[in-house]
Amino acid sequence: MKIGLDVGSTTIKTIVLDDNEKIIYSAYERHFSQITSKTAEALVKVREKFPQESSFSLVISGSAGMGMAEHCQVDFVQEVYATKVAAGKNAPNTDVIIELGGEDAKIIFLRGAMEARMNGSCAGGTGAFIDQMATLLGITPDEMNDYAQESSKLYTIASRCGVFAKSDIQPLINQGADKRDISASIFHAVVNQTIGGLAQGRAIEGNVLYLGGPLTFMPELRKSFDQALSLNGYCPENSLYFVALGAAFCAYKPIDLKQVVKDLAQYEAVNEFQTLPPLFDNKEEYEEFQKRHAQADVSYGKLEEYQGRVWIGIDAGSTTVKAVVIGEEKEILDSTYLSNSGNPVPIVREYLIRVYERCPKIRIAGSCVTGYGEDIIKNAFSIDQGLVETMAHLKAAQAFMPDVEFIIDIGGQDMKCFKIHNAAIDNIYLNEACSSGCGSFLQTFAGALNYSAEEFSRLGLFSQNAVDLGSRCTVFMNSSVKQAQKDGVSTEDISAGLSISVVKNAIYKVIRPSSMDELGKRIVVQGGTFLNDAVLRAFEREIGFPVVRPAIAGLMGAYGCALHAMETGKQKKKADGEKNPSEEKSSILSHQELISFVHEVKNVNCGLCYNNCLLSVNTFSGGRKYIAGNKCERPVTKRSSDSNHNIYKYKQELLAGYSSVRGKRREVIGLPLGLNFYELVPFWYKFFTALGFGVEVSPFSNRELYLAGQHSIPSDTVCFPAKMLHGHIQYLKEKRVDAIFYPCMSFNFDEGLGDNNYNCPVVAYYPEVIAANIKFEEKPVFINDYVGPHKQKFFHKKMTELLRHYFENIDAREVKRAADLAFRERERFLQQIRQKAEQIITLARREGRRILVLAGRPYHVDPEINHGIDMLMNGFGVSVISEDSISHRVSKFPVRVLNQWMYHARLYAAAKYVCTQKDMELVQLVSFGCGLDAITTDEVRSIIEKGGKIYTQIKIDEITNLGAVKVRLRSLLAALEQSDGNIEG
Amino acid sequence: MAKIKRAKNGRIIFTKEMKKDYTILVPDMLPIHFEIMKYVFLNEGYKIELLQTANPEIKQLGLRYVHNDTCYPALLVIGQFLDALESGKYDVNKTALLIMQTGGGCRASNYIHLLRKALEKAGYDQVPVISFNLSGVEYNSGFFLTLPIIRKCIAGVIYGDLLMLLSNQVKAYEVQKGDANRMIEKWVKRITEQFQHSRGFALKAMKQNFEHIIASFAKIPIHKVPKVKVGIVGEIYVKYASFANNSLEAFLAEQDCEIMVPGLLGFLMFKVDARIQDVKLYGGSRIKFAVATFLLNYFKKVEKAFMECVDKYPVFTQLSSYESTKPLVDGLIGVGNRMGEGWFLPAEMIELVNHGYENIVCTQPFGCLPTHVCGKGMIHRIKELYPQANIVPIDYDPGATRVNQENRIKLMLAVAREAMEG
Repeated sequence: MKIGLDVGSTTIKTIVLDDNEKIIYSAYERHFSQITSKTAEALVKVREKFPQESSFSLVISGSAGMGMAEHCQVDFVQEVYATKVAAGKNAPNTDVIIELGGEDAKIIFLRGAMEARMNGSCAGGTGAFIDQMATLLGITPDEMNDYAQESSKLYTIASRCGVFAKSDIQPLINQGADKRDISASIFHAVVNQTIGGLAQGRAIEGNVLYLGGPLTFMPELRKSFDQALSLNGYCPENSLYFVALGAAFCAYKPIDLKQVVKDLAQYEAVNEFQTLPPLFDNKEEYEEFQKRHAQADVSYGKLEEYQGRVWIGIDAGSTTVKAVVIGEEKEILDSTYLSNSGNPVPIVREYLIRVYERCPKIRIAGSCVTGYGEDIIKNAFSIDQGLVETMAHLKAAQAFMPDVEFIIDIGGQDMKCFKIHNAAIDNIYLNEACSSGCGSFLQTFAGALNYSAEEFSRLGLFSQNAVDLGSRCTVFMNSSVKQAQKDGVSTEDISAGLSISVVKNAIYKVIRPSSMDELGKRIVVQGGTFLNDAVLRAFEREIGFPVVRPAIAGLMGAYGCALHAMETGKQKKKADGEKNPSEEKSSILSHQELISFVHEVKNVNCGLCYNNCLLSVNTFSGGRKYIAGNKCERPVTKRSSDSNHNIYKYKQELLAGYSSVRGKRREVIGLPLGLNFYELVPFWYKFFTALGFGVEVSPFSNRELYLAGQHSIPSDTVCFPAKMLHGHIQYLKEKRVDAIFYPCMSFNFDEGLGDNNYNCPVVAYYPEVIAANIKFEEKPVFINDYVGPHKQKFFHKKMTELLRHYFENIDAREVKRAADLAFRERERFLQQIRQKAEQIITLARREGRRILVLAGRPYHVDPEINHGIDMLMNGFGVSVISEDSISHRVSKFPVRVLNQWMYHARLYAAAKYVCTQKDMELVQLVSFGCGLDAITTDEVRSIIEKGGKIYTQIKIDEITNLGAVKVRLRSLLAALEQSDGNIEG
Repeated sequence: MAKIKRAKNGRIIFTKEMKKDYTILVPDMLPIHFEIMKYVFLNEGYKIELLQTANPEIKQLGLRYVHNDTCYPALLVIGQFLDALESGKYDVNKTALLIMQTGGGCRASNYIHLLRKALEKAGYDQVPVISFNLSGVEYNSGFFLTLPIIRKCIAGVIYGDLLMLLSNQVKAYEVQKGDANRMIEKWVKRITEQFQHSRGFALKAMKQNFEHIIASFAKIPIHKVPKVKVGIVGEIYVKYASFANNSLEAFLAEQDCEIMVPGLLGFLMFKVDARIQDVKLYGGSRIKFAVATFLLNYFKKVEKAFMECVDKYPVFTQLSSYESTKPLVDGLIGVGNRMGEGWFLPAEMIELVNHGYENIVCTQPFGCLPTHVCGKGMIHRIKELYPQANIVPIDYDPGATRVNQENRIKLMLAVAREAMEG
């Protein structure tokens, strides 16, 4: 008999074949990371099932089976290869296999040259991803399938990695979008992720086989694939077992089953992980630790017995809703901490009703709300005010430690850290969408191992050999954990390791202090995740001294809100003169109003600009309305952002002016509006039109354009602006232009701001990627030669040679003239931008508006790339200019890095200039995956901080959710206001 | 103690005085090559020491003191330096660090600045950092590369390349395990002895050595059986340094493969040639053009001598000369692509395929910018043009786990075995 074992990341599958290769036994079991013992069990079961059988052969496959197989001297077969073998026998006509597993996604091309693609280490697991999303929605994966069946529309969800998608879905949930539509959208995202990430330019066609758990159990997911690929894929019998089956087919070496089981029992994996010292050496140490932290507490009262005014604070977070009611002495009369299971509105309503019921004579003097759900809750229940999260947390922390220097808040999905200087927020660090290995990660992992989050973390408290799992994003940690399990590390040690990782993530990925002194000695830690003693202990260990964790660590946002409501009420009272305090009354809904409360959601497309956001319009009883899903304030205020306060708008207008022209006597040249061409279109447009060519410029990017080129992207970790180019080229191809001109440029123009004038390697050579990954037939010709306008003297000669290679009748003098005009046009273009900045600054100063320098690269002008952050800023009443519009105001100065890239030299110059202007601040836009910005961000930050300013960085990607960006900008503005106040006061 | 002098931008100059009593630490990348080259500098009176440490603290130090999105090689090299300084083995007031600066638009040119920032953060700002480069940036009165030194270094590189080439082809088949490694040791010893007596650098002496080396490797008894042949290409540091690539070569040997790792000489020629190509493409200084051409021609002469010697022994496979790889990428990528490994990376892949090493591991640090284009960006086309090519790109970084990497390589090997068994 032949046995095939598939030891995967979450399950073990067993197949036994008889001598005719017929399946006579199969088993599927989750191993909960007890890999060796469960594998041994699986084999024992086979032996018990077939007690008469004497000759067994065995092959192990699967990502977690490698080391084990080696140890027991059992043959090992790589799992993709095993799949291929099984398909060859059971479905010989297959062209392409799509297999989604617990944590892997694979596409295997069988026809022609066999090729297998597995998800990169950054793309995350798909099965685990679906599970995680289901948890987020508060449903089971099966229910998700049922919901998806009844969907009526799709939302755009980033299809890149689990964490990104999650931050797209969370706001949808908070906005009250329909679960049915979200479920379908999640499947759609999985499909996009698989096709976009793995097909890499190769077409998926012919007979497609669907394998693995998610595709077996979720017909709707299969349907999504069918639709996206326009074909009818097939999910065969035993679709869960193909790897095990393939392994069984490969088994020929007879083994001694008893011996293997024995060997497995002895298998102690070679532990490659570094271990860390235990969190607590003994129980006494832990008790002492508990005692110390118990001191940081507030006073409490009883809501039912309380008489007097109360203030209510609500924190509608990403995964939980927190609320507190406080009395005159800041004592907590009542509080709640609830999972928001997708929609915070009914939860808040129920809570408020309960408060009214328990204390019918309650006098609510003020109310305030913060968190992701701030806007919807504020509108729904007519709350007095909203407060940005960072300020709410600061308020609460100051109640425990008035001279607090640093606050770290780790919640379910996000991490907020801020430095306090002179009682004002001085610097804010929020986790990037990629490192949010926070509370919900611990929780999901606990769930996967069949523990509750509390149980799981308690396991780690007395672990003796905590594993070092590194400090990376969730997905990375996932595979580290996988490896640890493979190596037989105990659950206790993994639990402790995960707690330590969360802490390291916060310190080394988000805050990144140069030394621990930078944090100061007065630290308050809060957020639900810090209620976990293992995390708290790991944190104190890592920084080397004790911190304060308030007993209400999970309620701090809400508590801060309540305090704020109380404070502003008092301030108002002062301003209005002494009035009867009992008249002070919150506008919050009354008991009666809450009981008759109605909430309706309608979805419409905005249509006011090219973003065409899908809006969720929430209507509440009493006619209050709340619109969500918008990128800018336009659908709410009906005011559009205009170029008098926004240079990004102006640049878009300028670029739009280079519209298509037909050639008078020559071919039509296509210019893709991407990467460096956002600045060079004027140059090349002039150059070609002066020579009599027609020119077609591709439009600003949008989602459709991106999707049209997505399948040909070879590297999934390259930056989003580069990926976008594939769509632009596709557009120009469809326009049937004669040639697409997109040259390689090692060098950029020399503006004299740096030591050299390189382009970034991706900007310089992306045309090569296009040429190698997009098919060009006879027309259009793709011209991607190397050109160097930085050497103006030689440029026209080199261009003459180049053009003669592709076109007839190229006259050298004519080229020289066109080149001269092109250089002048570029100068004119830059001049216009600089002049406009001058006007914007003057106008802003006249109107008393703050000026933000949104500093990035020329391509950040694209609305699909910047996601309308410029307009969002305008919505906050500030004026926006760009780095290239002011960099010329500074001459070259020494920086502490090699200043060799032209666009980046502008960043340093702009930062330097901002430091000289009282009413200017800099916000740096960074594209995810931009390697150069690993260097520039640190340098820009140090220039800005040396100038006494607050550095703000916004990382952007395919992600479309602006929630985190809003928090960041509002915090910045709040901090600026506060420090203005401090100076004036 | 030597006085600390600073240049205009604040960096510490490595002075003549320092040369006398400072130990210069150099991160190892290629054990054979660097061991030989070390003696070039010892002979010149430098106290030089190679860092071959690989303890796990290095990564942690790198993560702590370097921006975590910076490429993996920077993280490792800087971590390794800091680890050495913290080890107590060296007097931090009498230690200097030497780091290669290739120049060019890749982030690697910035390593030296990131290193200085990290030193400052970690409290070692008295430690001078020497830039090892051929472009003449960052003058140090106590350390400069003279033409003879450059020539000797080139000799070191080529001996290293030869030993690497031969030993890899013997190792997989040797009857007596360890023969090839012993032969390497023997020759490294002999060459460094020659170097100490200022011999072995001249072209003629090199040729003699080449002949002897090749003959001695050819004599090692082997048992030739069909094995999967794997080529290793990629970003220069992770491709060579076993510390960075999780001992890739050892893993492949365990999997019963013969490996081919293209030499360092080609990469250096590519870097020199980049300057020539720039002038050809965009125009520019004739003097720079002439200097680079002179240097490249010297490289070519050495390369020719090397190749002629190997050619005499058909049992050994060698890749084609630098110049003859250019036509291979015609229509695939421009020779103006000069950042990082540039056009030379796909050229090497095709070279390997043409010489029977159809299975290729393409290594790069996670998020490496140039290899988005010249590595991962080219694989699709190369596979179209050479259907027999079986290439797997592998990313390396502090968070990537070995199990993931090895699993992918195993898949590549499974496909290779199937093709071999046909």
